[in-house]
Amino acid sequence: MVSTRQSSDALLDRIGLHPNTLVELYRYMLLSRALDVRAWALSRQGRARFVITSRGHEAAQIGLAFALDRGRDWICPYYRDMALVLGIGMTAREIMLTIFAKATDLCSGGRQLPMHFSHPRWRIISGSSVVSTQILHAVGLALSAKLSGEDVVAVTCFGDGGSSKGDFHEGLNFAAVHRLPVIFFCENNGYAISVPQHKQMAIRDVASRAAGYGMPGVVVDGGDPIAVYQAVREARNRALAGDGPTLIEAKVARFTAHSSDDDDRLYRPREEVEAALANDPIPAFARRLKDLGFLDETTDRDLQASVVAEVDEAVAFAEAAPEPEVSDLLTHVFAEEGESP
Amino acid sequence: MSMKNVLQAVHDALDEEMARDERVILLGQDVGVRGGVFRASDGLLARYGERRVIDTPLSESAIIGVAIGASIGGYRPVAEIQFADFIWPAMDQIVSEAARMRYRSHGTWGCPLVIRTPYGAGIHGGLYHSQSIEATFAHVPGIKVVAPATPRDAKGLLKSAIRDPDPVLFLEHKRTYRLIREEVPDEDYTIPLGKAIVRRPGRDLTILTYGMMVHESLKAAEAVAADGIEVEVVDLRTLSPLDKPAILESVERTHKVVIVHEDSLTGGFGGEIAAIIASEAFDTLDGPIMRVAAPDAPAAPFNDRLEEAYLPSAPKIEQAIRQLAAY
Repeated sequence: MVSTRQSSDALLDRIGLHPNTLVELYRYMLLSRALDVRAWALSRQGRARFVITSRGHEAAQIGLAFALDRGRDWICPYYRDMALVLGIGMTAREIMLTIFAKATDLCSGGRQLPMHFSHPRWRIISGSSVVSTQILHAVGLALSAKLSGEDVVAVTCFGDGGSSKGDFHEGLNFAAVHRLPVIFFCENNGYAISVPQHKQMAIRDVASRAAGYGMPGVVVDGGDPIAVYQAVREARNRALAGDGPTLIEAKVARFTAHSSDDDDRLYRPREEVEAALANDPIPAFARRLKDLGFLDETTDRDLQASVVAEVDEAVAFAEAAPEPEVSDLLTHVFAEEGESP
Repeated sequence: MSMKNVLQAVHDALDEEMARDERVILLGQDVGVRGGVFRASDGLLARYGERRVIDTPLSESAIIGVAIGASIGGYRPVAEIQFADFIWPAMDQIVSEAARMRYRSHGTWGCPLVIRTPYGAGIHGGLYHSQSIEATFAHVPGIKVVAPATPRDAKGLLKSAIRDPDPVLFLEHKRTYRLIREEVPDEDYTIPLGKAIVRRPGRDLTILTYGMMVHESLKAAEAVAADGIEVEVVDLRTLSPLDKPAILESVERTHKVVIVHEDSLTGGFGGEIAAIIASEAFDTLDGPIMRVAAPDAPAAPFNDRLEEAYLPSAPKIEQAIRQLAAY
């Protein structure tokens, strides 16, 4: 295992991110948070039926997104990856269309629960609600990349609970044996709905399992987007060099209940949640950008206002979008006549 | 034309499709160096290399899940599950993932993959090398289920399955592998999925069946022909999509039906066929819809006597024919 917990400020020069890119990265975190807050409000207002979001995971997911070749690398996300898919290229409108299950929802045309992402342009592959099944799809996509020689990687995300599944084991083992260009990205927030990590596994770090498969395991501070970016860049370079997969574990905190149908007061100490909120990665990153002189108060205020405006517009757009036609119920069970796979 | 058994026909279909389309890859436990435990992929590793003929870890869920990913990535994987009895660990990937990918992504992504698996009893395989699994999968929208009975069909249907844009479960009855032989065209040909075939025409009674039971049914039909009972044997060939017109046309000709399958009776695919006939051809029936199937034991036992007692066979089918013909 390699620890990348070090002062990422010192890494700024070395990793070669332009200050404008860092501000852009910050804006995506803000946009995800604004969408997130609005989604929960819509749920409480009875306008959104179901909400499950990435609050607390944004830094890890945006750091991941920016380290990828967006639109070329394959993405097999899980349901908590809203910030990731925004960082890859999905829009606030597209997120709201899937929340409202509208006909023009690109993820599934209103068929799946919200946050089951899929996008034709961004190579985001539809997942089910069955935890960790997507890990194997990423391995298969990495196999296809290896066979075709395309210089891309496949990335799949899952939680700490997801690492208990058989598909996690089968996927990591398969990818390591065949040295496939895949990045396994575990977002460890310490909870699988209500079950805490110590009842999920008898180890401290999911990444330590990597050794058993013959691949590097990396623990990274998921509150630090630059550290995540760097860890993913290294894993991606290894994968493209033919050196096989990497297991990255981003330590994050979940700021909300599991979903809008959950009440985490039943199982989670309030002090723990408050401590996590006090360490919110988004204002922390803003402070760093300001300390580095890349962001000033005026720009910050403008960014915060602009993402809220973007969300306002997306909600209005998506709520007004058409519902699916009942005649759509039986389309795409199989390929339509003349449709290529 | 060449005389081939079912196994050789499967092998030839794989070989020819790999030669025709570089996107076709094989993956599974033992498919490479060993050429498959039944040798269906014999020689293909040498011909196409280990990039396209992939020995996987012994992980059924991964064999299917990786095939799903590779199919989305532009390949045409043919995944082998060594025995149908071992498919259950991959059930989640087949049902929750492959069969739903197109529907749940509203047509953005699809899974053009084939799952080949030997199934069925009569080879002394015991409880875990004998199961019939078709009813479970025929229930699942989004995946096609094919069960050929002859070498010519095995080759033509497997080629269609490989070229199909959607996932196909291709069930190869392992008793037919070396037992059933016929002349098979050497040239490229396909047989469309979803089309039944009349194996033997007859006017008194229809048998609807598939797989190994086609051959047992033909034997039974021959046996009763001596007494003037003319039985029509319809080989369904594909369970999903099901050739309903062929079923209804035959029933409308003969007015009596026996459905035969090796799978156990309760919840078997025969129940679905019976329901279709009962609701869409009730007025044409001159007798009860009968089913000949294995009893509701978990699978065929290993012991010879028990296995024989378990399996539907020509004498049991003959008995049902005579009973219904006399109705």
